[in-house]
Amino acid sequence: MRSELISANHAAAHAATLAARANRKGRGFCSGVYPITPSTECMELLCAQEIEKGQVVRVEGEHSAMAVCIGSVAGGARSFTATSSNGLAYMAENVVAAALLRLPMVMMVANRTLGPPWNIWADHGDSLLLRDSGWLQFYCADNQEVLDTILFAYRLGEDARVMLPVMVCQDGFVLSHTMAQTLIPAQEQVDRFLPPLSVSHRLADQPHALGSVILPQQTEVLRRRHHQAMGEALNIYPELQREFAEIFGRELPGPLVGYRDEDAELLILSMGTLAGTVERSVDRLRERGVKVGSLRIRLLRPFPARLLREKLARARRVAVLDRDISPGFGGVLWGECRTCAGAETLVQNYMLGLGGGDVRPEHIEQLVDDLRGRESAGEPMIMEVGV
Amino acid sequence: MNEPALNGMAQTEHDRKKPLLRPGNTNCGGCGMSIALQMLSRAIAGQPVQLVVPACCGAVAVGNYPFSSFGAPVVMSTFACSAAVAGGLARVAALNGEETRVICWAGDGGTYDIGMGALSAAAERNEDILYICYDNEIYGNTGGQRSSATPLGAATTSTPTGKPEVKKEILAIMAAHRIPYAASVSLAHPEDTLCKLRLALEMRGFRFLHILSPCPTGWKSEPSHGIQLIRLAVRSGLFPVLEIRDGRQMTINVEPDFSDLALAEYLAMQGRFRKSGVTAMVLRDAIRRHWETLRSAPTGD
Ligand SMILES: Cc1ncc(C[n+]2csc(CCOP(=O)(O)OP(=O)(O)O)c2C)c(N)n1
Ligand code: SF4
Repeated sequence: MRSELISANHAAAHAATLAARANRKGRGFCSGVYPITPSTECMELLCAQEIEKGQVVRVEGEHSAMAVCIGSVAGGARSFTATSSNGLAYMAENVVAAALLRLPMVMMVANRTLGPPWNIWADHGDSLLLRDSGWLQFYCADNQEVLDTILFAYRLGEDARVMLPVMVCQDGFVLSHTMAQTLIPAQEQVDRFLPPLSVSHRLADQPHALGSVILPQQTEVLRRRHHQAMGEALNIYPELQREFAEIFGRELPGPLVGYRDEDAELLILSMGTLAGTVERSVDRLRERGVKVGSLRIRLLRPFPARLLREKLARARRVAVLDRDISPGFGGVLWGECRTCAGAETLVQNYMLGLGGGDVRPEHIEQLVDDLRGRESAGEPMIMEVGV
Repeated sequence: MNEPALNGMAQTEHDRKKPLLRPGNTNCGGCGMSIALQMLSRAIAGQPVQLVVPACCGAVAVGNYPFSSFGAPVVMSTFACSAAVAGGLARVAALNGEETRVICWAGDGGTYDIGMGALSAAAERNEDILYICYDNEIYGNTGGQRSSATPLGAATTSTPTGKPEVKKEILAIMAAHRIPYAASVSLAHPEDTLCKLRLALEMRGFRFLHILSPCPTGWKSEPSHGIQLIRLAVRSGLFPVLEIRDGRQMTINVEPDFSDLALAEYLAMQGRFRKSGVTAMVLRDAIRRHWETLRSAPTGD
């Protein structure tokens, strides 16, 4: 284990490289990559690595990047890619295919606003576009978490009970381009945590069609199994978390991350780095005597509904913060979370930091004032935070 | 060998017991793809292969889960990216020291149109794959719309009065990538077909084969006329049968006699040219110009 001052993009590339090398005793590693701001530095660093029994294919676009990953995992190898924004949208058809074919792999998404009009700053709208793609989705809050979650994602997605691809999302620039002291595990530790990948339905030498025509009732069965595998991912999470802690000597956060939420009457829900700002505000508000806490949704798919329901049971008022918008509806996270609160609980949606606007503690305090003054929940609100 | 002779070639045990295209597949009667797959099966002759099939008639031919009409492992890719998926498979096979040949089996839509980007890029990277385009000059899977491989004057469901544009020249495009091997294949010349399939299977790097594949459903022709139609297309010079190595050395494999009668017969035997009334006279000039360009190219002799 060594500590380095690196960006989250580089943290992700180190994690991918370690996972790649860990499969040298298996069927190796092969990945398709394509650059797009702000995930580019991740693929660049990956391209600079020497990987025993591994290859990185520099393709002509994201659709093919994911296609190479699909071919690689169909051949039994471990795979990885990284993208953002329009790259993810362009890749979408194959993103869905990877999940439907039950091919485990990891994709790092540095969240960025979709365009045109072009905007390179953080917004969750890109990965939320693929919320229903059948991939697991993590949203990280710091650089260490990005590295750790990628390693964890391989273990979780490759588990025979799950067999699904995993998206590990991080806020573009806020993390992707921000340097932080990051612990990089030794290869030997990763080797212990990540056994060689085994894809039982991979193409081998016997006649076998992967992805052929299916009928409605077969589709029902496959969707049910897919859904169940998502549930399994939640079930085995704690067991893998313990193993992670044993091998790496640090804790990997759970699907939900609470902060001063135990006795909170007022809860603020958010994803990604927004939660960091919320936690700062919670401290300031607590000093003023406001009983407020923060809850960060780290795992959006599978959705940790049971855990969230338990957490929301005590809260009287809940603010759901969205760095995204589903026009004509409201915040996507709000849509997910509101049904988990009790009937008596007031749940208000605030969409803020859209297009990468800089959300500061004063914005959080402002919305908490609004939340406290409410008789009832209103329409989803867009808060403009400026530059 | 006590095998019965078939079309001048010995039928091997392999043809009967372990075909690449198994009985019970749902291809239309007289489908050129069925013939081409049988020839491919013979060329493979038991070697380990893996196939990638994008959306096309070939994907339907594979059949319904959990059965497979293909006697080899096959992964179905999305429409545009069979070459990229195959690249991944081939690299993993190579990383593991396996001799497996990875073959893309794609229609003209997945090759000339939506798959062109991924195909061009895989060729440029010289991925170690054999890419075979069975060209039925139409989108068969979706009921017969035009593609950029549809010839001038052919009626399709999206060009009901006949396509006004000429067919894209795929072999020149692929040869321009300077890939080790690019060839057009005549199903009416079994030796030509088999030789090229065998050679392309054996070679390494990116190999591209273009097979003109009769499609009675789309061409509005008699199912039993497929081979005859290909022979007429070759004789008349409409479908040049050639191979190009490293993008430079070209060899003409079958010399046409440029018969106008053959060309007229080719058009008359298919319902798809009827509406537009395209004639041998109209096509002859373009064929002549095309052959002039071909003849001026450096040869491999
Ligand atoms: C992205 C995408 N667009 C459209 C389709 C619908 N589609 C499936 S096959 C096909 C045409 C295939 O034509 P071709 O490649 O010529 O093969 P053929 O069916 O003639 O064998 C189309 C348009 C699709 N599957 N995917
Ligand atoms: S539509 Fe044409 S290519 Fe498709 S199966 Fe029928 S004959 Fe073959």
